Amino acid sequence: MNKNMFTSFLIKYGEIGVKGKNRYLFENALMAQIRYALKRIEGEFRVHKAEGRVYVDALSEFDFDEAVGALKCVFGITGICPMMFREDEGFDKLKEEIVDYVRKVHPDREGRTFKVNAKRARKSYPLESMEINALIGELLLEEYPELKVDVHNPDIMLYIEIREKIYIYSQIIPGPGGMPVGTNGKAMLLLSGGIDSPVAGYMIAKRGVKIDAVYFHAPPYTSERAKEKVVELAREVSAYCGPIYLHVVNFTDIQLAIYEKCPHDELTIIMRRYMMKIAEHIARETECLGLVTGESIGQVASQTMASLLVTNEVCTLPVFRPCIGMDKQEIITISENIGTYETSILPYEDCCTIFVAKHPVTKPNLDIIKRHEHNLDEVIDGLMEEALKTEELIIVHK
Amino acid sequence: MECYLDNSATTRAYPEVAALVSDIMLNTYGNPSSMHMKGVEAERIVNKAREDIAGVLKCRPKEILFTSGGTESDNMALIGTAEANKRSGRHIITTKVEHHAILETTEALSKQGYEITYLPVDSKGVICLDALSNALREDTILVSIMHTNNEVGAVQPLEEAGRIIKSYNQKIVFHTDAVQGYGKFRIIPKNLNIDLLSVSAHKIHGPKGVGFLYIKEGTRIKPIIYGGGQQKGMRSGTENVPGIAGMALASNMCYANLSEDMERLYSLREYFISEATKLMGVTLNGSEGRDCAPHIISLSIEGIRAEVLLHALEDKGIYVSSGSACASNRPSLSGTLTAMGVNRNLLDSTLRFSLSVHTTREELDYTLENLGIIIPTLRRYIRH
Repeated sequence: MNKNMFTSFLIKYGEIGVKGKNRYLFENALMAQIRYALKRIEGEFRVHKAEGRVYVDALSEFDFDEAVGALKCVFGITGICPMMFREDEGFDKLKEEIVDYVRKVHPDREGRTFKVNAKRARKSYPLESMEINALIGELLLEEYPELKVDVHNPDIMLYIEIREKIYIYSQIIPGPGGMPVGTNGKAMLLLSGGIDSPVAGYMIAKRGVKIDAVYFHAPPYTSERAKEKVVELAREVSAYCGPIYLHVVNFTDIQLAIYEKCPHDELTIIMRRYMMKIAEHIARETECLGLVTGESIGQVASQTMASLLVTNEVCTLPVFRPCIGMDKQEIITISENIGTYETSILPYEDCCTIFVAKHPVTKPNLDIIKRHEHNLDEVIDGLMEEALKTEELIIVHK
Repeated sequence: MECYLDNSATTRAYPEVAALVSDIMLNTYGNPSSMHMKGVEAERIVNKAREDIAGVLKCRPKEILFTSGGTESDNMALIGTAEANKRSGRHIITTKVEHHAILETTEALSKQGYEITYLPVDSKGVICLDALSNALREDTILVSIMHTNNEVGAVQPLEEAGRIIKSYNQKIVFHTDAVQGYGKFRIIPKNLNIDLLSVSAHKIHGPKGVGFLYIKEGTRIKPIIYGGGQQKGMRSGTENVPGIAGMALASNMCYANLSEDMERLYSLREYFISEATKLMGVTLNGSEGRDCAPHIISLSIEGIRAEVLLHALEDKGIYVSSGSACASNRPSLSGTLTAMGVNRNLLDSTLRFSLSVHTTREELDYTLENLGIIIPTLRRYIRH
């Protein structure tokens, strides 16, 4: 197939079509995200709205696969239709172009069925839609006897739209679905170097939520490379959700204080409570409406139901855990599809693993945990303040 | 204070070397194979470098083959020899403490039907010569024993090994990986019965991406890289002219005041070892004496993970390696330390400090001072 023939894309969007009076807000967000996604590839594009639909027109040479790849990262798009558009130079010329189009775009026609679906938006066009359907259908049967007509369930639906210009398309490449990022507020993702948290960020962003992230590092227990890995993960996720404000918090002193003053089998759970507290603090300051984690029930000791209850207790913002009911393999599959897996499995230790006890508690008791946390009373406020004060902000984008 | 103590991983180039490399890239950029004057100029530079290095090794210039570095030299030594001698036999002897450039290559050869014997070492990291004598067989074609171990600095008894090998069978090819030893010791291949010797430039304050393999005239060996037939067809590919010239200059500079420089390095090493081992739970791997390399110090620090200490030192501007730098990006533990019988608990607690001619007493004092502070602090937080 000669992909140079496509110079335009019709963007199909599902859910956002039904948002009533807010519809324009959703469409504008969608167009903004499309522009952002196309900025990272070569070529000049015009993204515009016409007759209640969104189009992407190429204004220069571009790489078809690259453009489709970028559009596939835009939440809100359900389908991407590569279109050929032509000046209206009369019906005979149109017939020639359609025969040519079908030959190039559908090279294996043997035994396949088709239907012509013409739409005459420009009412001054001399033929009516039904007439165009009949004439073009006949033409294609004559030209390609291996094709058959099926008006109910065709293999190839050939759209011909008569507008200012004439648009021809017959393919729908599935988009990621969801809603355009930025239409549903902002949330703070607790990003580690693992497999789950980037997936969680991706899934929440898919519902139109803008994502900021917080990463806890613990030098010298974690290395500069571990931090670079997290920045890279954020960069990969930002292909879908736009620029990410990544807050890097130095967690070493808090972790060491917990290690010195609390029972070792409760280290991880207490640590996670403080991580949530810090994340929530930053979230509130940056106008986030919730927290996002990659937790999945029972995956590790700190993610049992009892542990989740204990960590959740420190938060007043809602905590979204989109991986909660998924098996590890399901999470890995998404991670592979969105392109974060390879980075996630780089072998650098993160701060959740460095002091982990041989047998961490799996059924922590909230009252006992709280009592042990009192051992930290003298130091913890100062340490939290220091951690927040020395936070480093990195703006990450694809 | 910045304190670079990772010179066995790589070194900072001599400024003279950097200037020469830059000058050649800008001015003498011809291809040595070109017929015109630009080519002739470049060829002269390569020939001069060959003569300089031959001067150090007291060999003939034509016995020097330029490569992309230590790994390629080792690969060529093993694969090229194995291929050229397979009709005489398929048995190769090496040691358990070689660099990965050797061990991964012998691993690959063993999959192609070669049989490999790995010689054990003693607690100082030195091979046992009886084990070598016992390992030699009628079908042995190659023995590869490193000059200086990259993890603990143990120096192998190459002279005795060479004698044992050659008196058993003249035809056996004797290779040594001298990547850590070259520039620190005077190595004369013909005095040691060495047929092949690998060197890398960036360990001796030269550029990265260049090295050489000494090939004694008459050694049966085949090329492993084919193409335009450069270097008499033994190593195709346009010669890395600036790199080769830089390597030769670095080599000359290393050997200019060798005895003085090494004397100073040995006393620095002895000082550092005696002070560091005064710290609680710090032990030296290998030998503290002059039977060892002057620039490598391997310390085990009980109860502390090497990576954590490494990053804590880094925070003070002190750069070291955990185990061997070439091996430390993989999760497996050090082969050399295991072979030496170092306690399992200490394998993950071992740091390598490696010095160079640029290292000063002040840097070592600064490092010792920080070790004295950091080690007790880290010991308070032990994973268990």
